[in-house]
Amino acid sequence: MAKMTYIKAITSGLDQVLNDDPKTLIFGEDVGKNGGVFRTTIGLQDKYGEDRVFDTPLAESGILGLAIGLSLTGWRPIPEIQFMGFTFEAMDGIVGQLARDHYRFGGQKNFPVTVRTPFGGGTHTAEMHADNLENYFTSTPGLRVVTPANPYDAKGLIISAVESDDPVLFMENLKLYRSMKDEVPDEKYTVPLDSAKVVREGSDITIVAYSAEVNESLTAADALAKDNISAEVIDLRSLSPIDTDTIFASIDKTHKVVVVQEAQRMAGVGAVVASDIAEEKIMSLDAPIGRVAAPDSIYPFAQAENDWIPNADDIEAKAREIANY
Amino acid sequence: MANGSKQIVDFAKIKATMADPYKHPVQVIDREGKVVDPDTLAKYSDDQLVDFMKKMVWERTLHEQTMNFSRQGRLGFYAPTAGEEASEMGSVTAFKQQDFLLPAYRDLPQMIQHGTTVAKGFLWSKGHVQGNQHENPNMLFPQIIIGAQYVETAGVALGIKKNGDEDRVAFVYTGDGGTSQGDWYEGVNFTSAFQAPAVFFVQNNGWAISVPRYKQTGAETLAQKAVAMGVPSVQVDGMDIVAVHEVSKAAREFAAAGNGPVVIETLTYRYGAHSSAGDDPSRYRTKEEEKPWFDADPLIRMRKVLTDKGVWSQDQEDKLVDEYKDEFKQAMKEAEAAPAQKVSDFLKWTYNVPTPAVKKQIAEFEAKESK
Repeated sequence: MAKMTYIKAITSGLDQVLNDDPKTLIFGEDVGKNGGVFRTTIGLQDKYGEDRVFDTPLAESGILGLAIGLSLTGWRPIPEIQFMGFTFEAMDGIVGQLARDHYRFGGQKNFPVTVRTPFGGGTHTAEMHADNLENYFTSTPGLRVVTPANPYDAKGLIISAVESDDPVLFMENLKLYRSMKDEVPDEKYTVPLDSAKVVREGSDITIVAYSAEVNESLTAADALAKDNISAEVIDLRSLSPIDTDTIFASIDKTHKVVVVQEAQRMAGVGAVVASDIAEEKIMSLDAPIGRVAAPDSIYPFAQAENDWIPNADDIEAKAREIANY
Repeated sequence: MANGSKQIVDFAKIKATMADPYKHPVQVIDREGKVVDPDTLAKYSDDQLVDFMKKMVWERTLHEQTMNFSRQGRLGFYAPTAGEEASEMGSVTAFKQQDFLLPAYRDLPQMIQHGTTVAKGFLWSKGHVQGNQHENPNMLFPQIIIGAQYVETAGVALGIKKNGDEDRVAFVYTGDGGTSQGDWYEGVNFTSAFQAPAVFFVQNNGWAISVPRYKQTGAETLAQKAVAMGVPSVQVDGMDIVAVHEVSKAAREFAAAGNGPVVIETLTYRYGAHSSAGDDPSRYRTKEEEKPWFDADPLIRMRKVLTDKGVWSQDQEDKLVDEYKDEFKQAMKEAEAAPAQKVSDFLKWTYNVPTPAVKKQIAEFEAKESK
């Protein structure tokens, strides 16, 4: 087993699916010779040829149209949208078409497309590169939305996403690409597409988070532990569907919960989690549901990102408040 | 300036001449029914020409019958097709069963010709899943988001190329308004970049609901837009079924041979409303504008050619109309007998493997539905 960065783990997973299934195709802006602007697809064109890994013209709606049309002719497309902010240009393709097509055919045809796209704040990108836009997609029936928080899950989830016959939006966190390393098996393995994971066990309070906020939550949990507050941290991994079973089981143990997201408070994944908890587990709670989220402004100018994105201190403070309620 | 009025570039001249290759739309039979290209017409046997006429009578009758059904409240959204028979039947008959059709909402007649039933067409209009499930798997359902079918065509055409399928192309329709969509350009451009086999039809019927063709663009023709993407294109008299068919056949051959895509603009006219859902053309266009188009009717000119040849009569046509009407009434009965749809099925088709929440909802709806 090798230590791998998050980005290398994704590359390794893509290598695996290209190797396993000759019908898989990777395409998008700069993904070929250049290996993607972040080098996520580096080496794959050399290894599998330009027929399987290729550059497209610069147009995101065209890229999604390509993916849908290729599905109709028997291919398993893995398009990349270079930054999540550019998914707006492909909104009809993803939400208006891809997510609905299996349903439209009455289940007779599959559209096994995995749309990969980087997102997430903290790397001082240009505007529209870092926003957490998952909310627009998690409210779309027919589309699965997953996002790994560590290299191990990154490889296992990308393989599961590509192998799934449902369309999947695979969100890759920009800040995590090269900031963390994990033991990642060289061989093939999968991580289920619709399951959350308890990444730290605890007994006093549950912290539900996803993507980069999982690490922030783990840091907060360390700080809370010094004051004998035992926090259980759950990584959602799948934002649609949400694995409520894992969350509910934890709440039955801790009776307190804080829901964390990097997106603005009004942008809904945390709100959906909170409402699921309120609907099913309110009698098990000993305190109000706590929420940690970015404020409801437009995504901040890059220089101010660190003042805006919720961090371990914010999570620790909210968890302390709820734990001591 | 030392050189007087001499300029480094003459934009006025460029602008005045850029539509020059499109000054003469392809035509075989003119609006008076006169054969202007006898050599091309001579390629077609009387039987073939009679078949063209039958298909146009079929489509006109389908149009009239659907308008009746609409008035009776027996159809949902339906886009009238009268006036576009030559454009639609002339083009679709140039393609083979293995070709992949990406239609828009005014293209039910082509879908039926390509391999679905009239009943399925009606079911689509009424809002039933069976209206999306066709005998010939080589087609999509009618696209509602104008332009989306163009970008998807790029993918189908690239898939055909990657599969190495012989003698197979994608073909797609939109209207004049559709050429203003970004997806129109992306679809044609992607297909050009990949040199993939596709034929793109623009049925220029003069109107995008209430907005006339001239308000869509400053370009003199829609066909010339393809030039910017490196794609050959042509304007054809869309009221002349022989011309449309001949051009479509040539385009299909060109694309299937690996030369990349083609764009065809058919000059036609929407006689009726945009849709059966309350559009009233008298709000935005005049009888004076409509008249010359009605006079250019594709059935009138073909009827004249065939009558002159002695292979067509009004009696024969009246009999056909009655036959078709019976066929459509039967199809409506069939459509009306389709089983009621179940929300539990909708939930089952949303994902291949239902999510836990969807699984619960399926159980809830199945319990309700079994009562």
